[in-house]
Amino acid sequence: MHVPDGFLDAPTSVATGAIAAVCVGTALVKARKELDDKTAPMVGLVAAFVFAAQMITFPVGVGTSGHLMGGALAAVLIGPWSAILCLSVVFAVQCLLFADGGITALGTNITLMGLTTVAVGWLVFKVLQAVLPKRLSLVPIQAGVGAFLSVPVASLLFVGLYAVGGATHIPLGSLATAMVGVHLLIGIGEGIITFLSVGAILAVRPDLVYGARGLLAKRELEIKPSSTTGAPA
Amino acid sequence: MKNVSTKWVALGIAAAALVLAGIVSFYASGSPDGLTKVSEDKGFASAETEHGAKDSPLAGYSAKDVGNDRLATGIAGVVGVLVVAGLGTGLVYVVRRRDHQPAA
Repeated sequence: MHVPDGFLDAPTSVATGAIAAVCVGTALVKARKELDDKTAPMVGLVAAFVFAAQMITFPVGVGTSGHLMGGALAAVLIGPWSAILCLSVVFAVQCLLFADGGITALGTNITLMGLTTVAVGWLVFKVLQAVLPKRLSLVPIQAGVGAFLSVPVASLLFVGLYAVGGATHIPLGSLATAMVGVHLLIGIGEGIITFLSVGAILAVRPDLVYGARGLLAKRELEIKPSSTTGAPA
Repeated sequence: MKNVSTKWVALGIAAAALVLAGIVSFYASGSPDGLTKVSEDKGFASAETEHGAKDSPLAGYSAKDVGNDRLATGIAGVVGVLVVAGLGTGLVYVVRRRDHQPAA
């Protein structure tokens, strides 16, 4: 969903640029609390993985494709503020080095595919964690559902931006229907990739999954009958 | 099962990223993405203006002057992974270092 130059007018692009700048600036401060010795080495890797996964465009329906956005994935793995930094790096590199996503639209793309998917993905994830049983095995599913929903929401936000500063005047209802329709399908892919990726890391090192920390702390407090395995190395 | 070291997890993610970007990316769908398709259907695709970085040696995820398409895409992908990983790691370093400044 990389927005190119020209789709949105200058004032709208400046506005999304300002939103992105403020949020990235906030993330630079807030991410400090998330970044400890476990999450810190993961940030560059998660960013690289999201970049790589975004290159893998998968077909959705006839003659259309989509790719991972990665907000929910990154937020669950390293925390939402660090995720914003991660995705902003990805979109900036894609824009400047690969000419993918307009330069004047960088703020728009960070806002839509970064901030929105992180916010929606993380909020849905946290709500599901709050209402569902506190089980580690549910984490990849909760992350996947958050990821799935984050994509159509991002597409709807694009429609909102287009309504404010779009290049052409087109019926917004039909634009919204078309955008949300195709992005629901892309969202399924987003959900599956997120489910698999979070599940893979959770299986080998649950302590490296930021979104699973509350559950682990709880589990470690359980009294174990015989501690032949001893303390963690 | 829980004894996989952080180093191996890191290597696993790095390997996955490099394989996806360096090899699998060649087989990615060439169809227009969701937004591009909608912009064509709704008649605003032509509003797109020329990209300022269109002359970048990696524009369009293809390394310039590399004859072989598979290689051109693979090189672009691997360079992208390395650049993104480097910038991401550098950013963490900067963010965390400020946190660890001595009090006096």
